[in-house]
Amino acid sequence: MGCAEFIQSGAEGLHPSYTKHITMPITHPNLRLSKLPSAIPAWSGEIASDDLQPVCQNVQDGGGRLVALWGSDARFPLPNPLPQAGEGANESLRESQVDGFVLHVVLVNEAGLICLSVPLPADQPNYPDISRIFPAANRMQRAAYDLLGIYAHEGHDHRKWLRHAAWHGGSFPLRKDFDAVQSRTDEPDSYPFVQVEGQGVHEIAVGPVHAGIIEPGHFRFSVVGEKTLRLEERFGYKHKGIEKRFETMSVQQGAKLAGRVSGDSTVAYAWAYAMAAESIAAVTPPDRSLWLRALFLERERIANHLGDLGYLGNDVALSFGFAQFWILKEQVLRNNAKLFGHRYLMDKVIPGGVTVDLAESGKQVLLEECAMLEREASVLRGIYDEHAGVQDRFIGAGRIEPKLAAQLGLCGLAGRASAQSWDARVQFPCAPYDKLDVQMATYRNGDVAARVIVRFDELFESLRLQREIMVHLVHGDDLAIPLEKLPAHGFGVGMVEGWRGEVLVATHTDAQGNLTRVHPHDPSWQNWPVLEHAVIGNIVPDFPLINKSFNLSYSGQDL
Amino acid sequence: MYQLLKQIIKTGIKTEAAPLPDESMRVGTQRLQQEILRVFGGALNIRHVDAGSCNGCELEIHAVNNAYYNIEGLGIKFVASPRHADLLLVTGPVSRHLATALKRTYDATPEPKLVVAIGDCGCTGGIFSPDGGGESYASCGKVANVIPVDVAVSGCPPTPTAILQGILTAISAPQKTGDKTG
Repeated sequence: MGCAEFIQSGAEGLHPSYTKHITMPITHPNLRLSKLPSAIPAWSGEIASDDLQPVCQNVQDGGGRLVALWGSDARFPLPNPLPQAGEGANESLRESQVDGFVLHVVLVNEAGLICLSVPLPADQPNYPDISRIFPAANRMQRAAYDLLGIYAHEGHDHRKWLRHAAWHGGSFPLRKDFDAVQSRTDEPDSYPFVQVEGQGVHEIAVGPVHAGIIEPGHFRFSVVGEKTLRLEERFGYKHKGIEKRFETMSVQQGAKLAGRVSGDSTVAYAWAYAMAAESIAAVTPPDRSLWLRALFLERERIANHLGDLGYLGNDVALSFGFAQFWILKEQVLRNNAKLFGHRYLMDKVIPGGVTVDLAESGKQVLLEECAMLEREASVLRGIYDEHAGVQDRFIGAGRIEPKLAAQLGLCGLAGRASAQSWDARVQFPCAPYDKLDVQMATYRNGDVAARVIVRFDELFESLRLQREIMVHLVHGDDLAIPLEKLPAHGFGVGMVEGWRGEVLVATHTDAQGNLTRVHPHDPSWQNWPVLEHAVIGNIVPDFPLINKSFNLSYSGQDL
Repeated sequence: MYQLLKQIIKTGIKTEAAPLPDESMRVGTQRLQQEILRVFGGALNIRHVDAGSCNGCELEIHAVNNAYYNIEGLGIKFVASPRHADLLLVTGPVSRHLATALKRTYDATPEPKLVVAIGDCGCTGGIFSPDGGGESYASCGKVANVIPVDVAVSGCPPTPTAILQGILTAISAPQKTGDKTG
């Protein structure tokens, strides 16, 4: 089937949820939004950089949040075209609307996603800082400078973020004329940490290579005795050029890469990526594949929550918890391998649908697994609840009050433990969640105990959803609509509530329909800075516990 | 406490038999004498280094510690410092930002030492590396580009059994006297 054909058939077969939510998410005299044909409610529109702050303020005043911020290179002609840039590459740039760079900002409010694009001149790609409105923007703006050289003026923090010393400060990997060889350096890295001074204050530097089986990152603690006065994080160690890699990939290859932005959330990323591609192509995958995607996503949540609940027990010296929960997790993973061919369900969600079906006999396996997990996890929850030593460590540790959580934009599981009631499955239920009535788990305490409770509640809810999904799983022969090539000059966005929080993938295509820019966004961008607040006043030995209770991704934010 | 003990008894023993070493995973010449390997085989300390993975391999390294694979039951444990380690278990690709830390970790590990590279990215640079070269502006590619590797375990991610097999291959003497170099 050719590209034009399935665009047509897709447009006719748009899911009913595409046509809902017709009210505009925000109004501003200089902003004209148009609805994207996405599985979740999303609008896009262009604004001048002078209007960026007022629009952001408008959304923030209405209780909205910042989801993602990135930039793209839309210059033509390139200042110094690379010799290897073929005809096609130049052609694609010639046809683009903008000559310069573009800043992309995605905001969310109760109506849906608002995707703003802000054209920036090539010679002075500056835009007004929005980190005063959304503190979470700080690191995203710094990363956008490191990778693309677009600059948030008026900002108060211009330190590098993702760049260490692998490339020169004056060269930018995501510019189309970036020269990887010329920009290499072997200089030692230096980073100006904030110094805390005073009697008895000293620093503890931890990482990048940590003491456990953990991803690498650096934590700089300023402490008095055992008490933490300040924590400063330094990441970017895992930066492996994911966004640059996307630029040379086909839409199918990109799906594999998206599934490896953060391996523990592979289903969430693959689905968000597929959603963005399907939005550009205006196709709706077969019904059965959507139900299977939800099944995979809930199984990913079940597996990760089980693993975290085990480690949270382990981190308070109850190794019994680790042993028990990881027996349960292993059984989920083994069933994944047996029924779907991969323990973590990698590469099972593709643009256009899914690659694997669930046989009738498989349903029985999953129903038995559900019953077993409900029974065992209930017993274990009782043991955790009754264990004085465990509760003594959990309660009050790493507390984030709801007010601070709202200010900083804490999202996902950790957000819900601090009364931030956002869950994309509830607010923006794309198919099949529109038929599932997900019950959101929220608590106000914002401590480790609350993040444990949210995990337990979500675990049981996911098990309930898994049963529901199997009841509703419609019959159908088609598992995927082939999606070989995307339309030209497309922009699409997908957002999925992964186990950690909302995972967003935004995709831009060029004049040939090739991937010219893909931005995967992990909820860890929002939540890592909040961890710095969560540990203030806690003792240093509680850091691993507090850190685990958030369990954020390094790879997802280092890109 | 009653519930806890009851649960332990009810759960029973889940541990399965360990896999046998697999010579096909060996990429470097065996650098250690058989005698040392025999001593290692009794109690091995592993330092895990994530040199830039997607964290998928880490999920399976965690799983190696669960009751089914029970790596500690074999006398092998994960330690908090390279100074205590006999073997480095490295996931990749090695990002340029971590190359120095990985080299320092290797240098800090006392001789005699072994290195096992985990996962397709650790073996070849994987999906993060441009086709063929294995390197990019941000990635050094496979682990062997940065430190010597004895055994490489492919897979995305490799199963816990494969990881265990890789570790056991590294600490066993070569089955054949082949001249395989990596």
